[in-house]
Amino acid sequence: MTDTTSNTPAANTPADRARASELSAVGRFLRATELDTRMLGMVGALLVIWVGIHILSGGLFLTPRNLWNLSVQTSSVAIMATGMVLVIVMRNIDLSVGSVEGVIGMIMGVAQAEFLIRVIGFQLGNPWLWIIALAAGVVLGLVIGAFQGFIIAYLEVPAFIVTLGGLLVWRGMAWLITNGRTVAPLDATFQLMGGGPRGSIGASASWIVGIVACAAVAFALLNGRSQRKRFNFPLRPVWAETFLGLVSCAAILGAVWIANSYPWPIGIVRQYAQQNGITIPEGGLFIAHGIAIPVLMAVAVGIVMTFITKRTRFGRYVFAIGGNPEAANLAGINTRWVTMKVFMIMGVLAAISAAISSARLNASTNALGTLDELLVIAAAVIGGTSLAGGSGTVLGAMLGALLMQSLQSGMVLLGIDSPLQSIVVGAVLVVAVWLDTVYRKRV
Amino acid sequence: MIDKTAPAATALIDMRNISIAFGGIRAVDDASIDLFPGEVVALLGHNGAGKSTLIKILSGAYKRDAGHIFVNGEEASISNPRDAKKYGIETIYQTLALADNVDAAANLFLGRELMTAWGTLDDVAMEAEARKVMGRLNPRFQRFKEPVIKLSGGQRQSVAIARAILFNARILIMDEPTAALGPQETAQVGELVKQLKSDGIGIFLISHDIHDVFELADRVCVMKNGQVVGTARTTDVTQDEVLGMIILGKCPPGAIPGPGALKIAA
Repeated sequence: MTDTTSNTPAANTPADRARASELSAVGRFLRATELDTRMLGMVGALLVIWVGIHILSGGLFLTPRNLWNLSVQTSSVAIMATGMVLVIVMRNIDLSVGSVEGVIGMIMGVAQAEFLIRVIGFQLGNPWLWIIALAAGVVLGLVIGAFQGFIIAYLEVPAFIVTLGGLLVWRGMAWLITNGRTVAPLDATFQLMGGGPRGSIGASASWIVGIVACAAVAFALLNGRSQRKRFNFPLRPVWAETFLGLVSCAAILGAVWIANSYPWPIGIVRQYAQQNGITIPEGGLFIAHGIAIPVLMAVAVGIVMTFITKRTRFGRYVFAIGGNPEAANLAGINTRWVTMKVFMIMGVLAAISAAISSARLNASTNALGTLDELLVIAAAVIGGTSLAGGSGTVLGAMLGALLMQSLQSGMVLLGIDSPLQSIVVGAVLVVAVWLDTVYRKRV
Repeated sequence: MIDKTAPAATALIDMRNISIAFGGIRAVDDASIDLFPGEVVALLGHNGAGKSTLIKILSGAYKRDAGHIFVNGEEASISNPRDAKKYGIETIYQTLALADNVDAAANLFLGRELMTAWGTLDDVAMEAEARKVMGRLNPRFQRFKEPVIKLSGGQRQSVAIARAILFNARILIMDEPTAALGPQETAQVGELVKQLKSDGIGIFLISHDIHDVFELADRVCVMKNGQVVGTARTTDVTQDEVLGMIILGKCPPGAIPGPGALKIAA
């Protein structure tokens, strides 16, 4: 026998120190920057997929046009995935998000294209049309979420059953509203939420957004540092802080640069030139898309949701309940009300996604968002949200959504048949969760 | 108003005729117990005797079916853990009741977070407070950034104890506080109990260890099958007599018999 067993109570700190001194250069780097290795793994996987598809498709994937489209396609699922993180962290599930998205999309479409015009007598193009339609959708999302959340939290029906019922109920309602008829076209301003050349903010505004974002990153790093200094807590080394700041700013400005490298299609440029009396110069007129509005909405949702999870009392309770519901209850947390609020947030996010997807389609159909619940859950889980509850990040879920969408649109580029696409996506989901399980056991 | 049977000095806690049943099983049956400032009262009994259940009624985890609770002589309405905390009743549960996935500071302030002027969590201030209180209890503790699931049993226990004393409790309930601890840490908890006692805090101590009980407690209260066998000052009874109360329900002459005492034809 060695004598290590005899001093177990005291072994923790020296062992930790010993391990720290044995760390490799990579380990020291990770410790200094406090980066999450799982998140780095995801970014790595994403890059591998991107480069792989780029090579296989003969250079079609990593182009401004494709990346811009990818960002727009991702936003709807990414927005709902941020809410699904909270739902799953609390050991619940929401299978109804796709159907909720469908019914809300339908209501918003009918409101702006028919109800407000025929019944209330608004003129086409009235700005109140899209405002009222969007507000009605968001309120409806809140109400549907509250209704399902109430049944789950206070009537104690399992979330799986309530939202499985919701999956059928809301899809059926989406059909009933117009008896299956598609509603189109939508209000011109409302359509901007779907992206496209006019639903993007253009080059100059994109640069401004990028620079503001970089300034915000710098401010956040400096502020965190001064907060920790105030209480004499250990600080990250200056080089690590600088490195984090530079990498974040490079990523932000790089994304803006890509969005600004994708020009409007020639037809729309011609139309625009005609309307504004511009003569198109020799060699064509280059008008950049810039960042798409749905992408900005997704980023804004991501920031707000990250803030909610990390900096508010509510977010803290969501994670505490997920970690140990009994303990949270004994600590005096009103776990039922927190559960209900999480489903209300999920409903609002489904409404925002509904606005984006119907605007992108320029139509409301009763099939809108079909099977989205599975993409959303998969995005959250691939992004590191544990189905056992208690852990997950908003950023991870959004990256997960990007990863799923990259695979799907990459396979479309490669001309892979849709049955085979499903097989690949399904297999990737299982493998990703298996890798995550292995990772959790090791750490 | 206050019952005629109320004792002369005002009790910190006076639980009278408490009953609770779970699906036909009377887990606690007409139990009464009181606690005075600066006093340690030990609750003893077999597993399933009703000690933890009785104490969970006081801490608000269970709702009683019958009976009254008086805090400082005034009837208290305790129907959830938040109510109990309002009366200054803090509990260290046998299971510790920690949220495993968040760090020590988040656990210490769970349900009572410190907020900044903008209404956001003030994590830095909470960590600073946590470092202060943990420094008192367990000076070697340094793992403030890690989720508590990664801590050792003793470290987790000190987090649970720190949470109970952080908010100036007046009544402390300790359910098997030393079950997960080594001898050195157990001694530390003993010191802490004495210190809190001298601050005028009343403590309910649930324990299996009869030696611990005789060292720390002023009175013992023995329960059997959900009923109180008897209550006695630790100076008036021997350890063997207390064992007799636990095992047989036999109330010795030094103790005040309760409804659960073995009735022997005299």
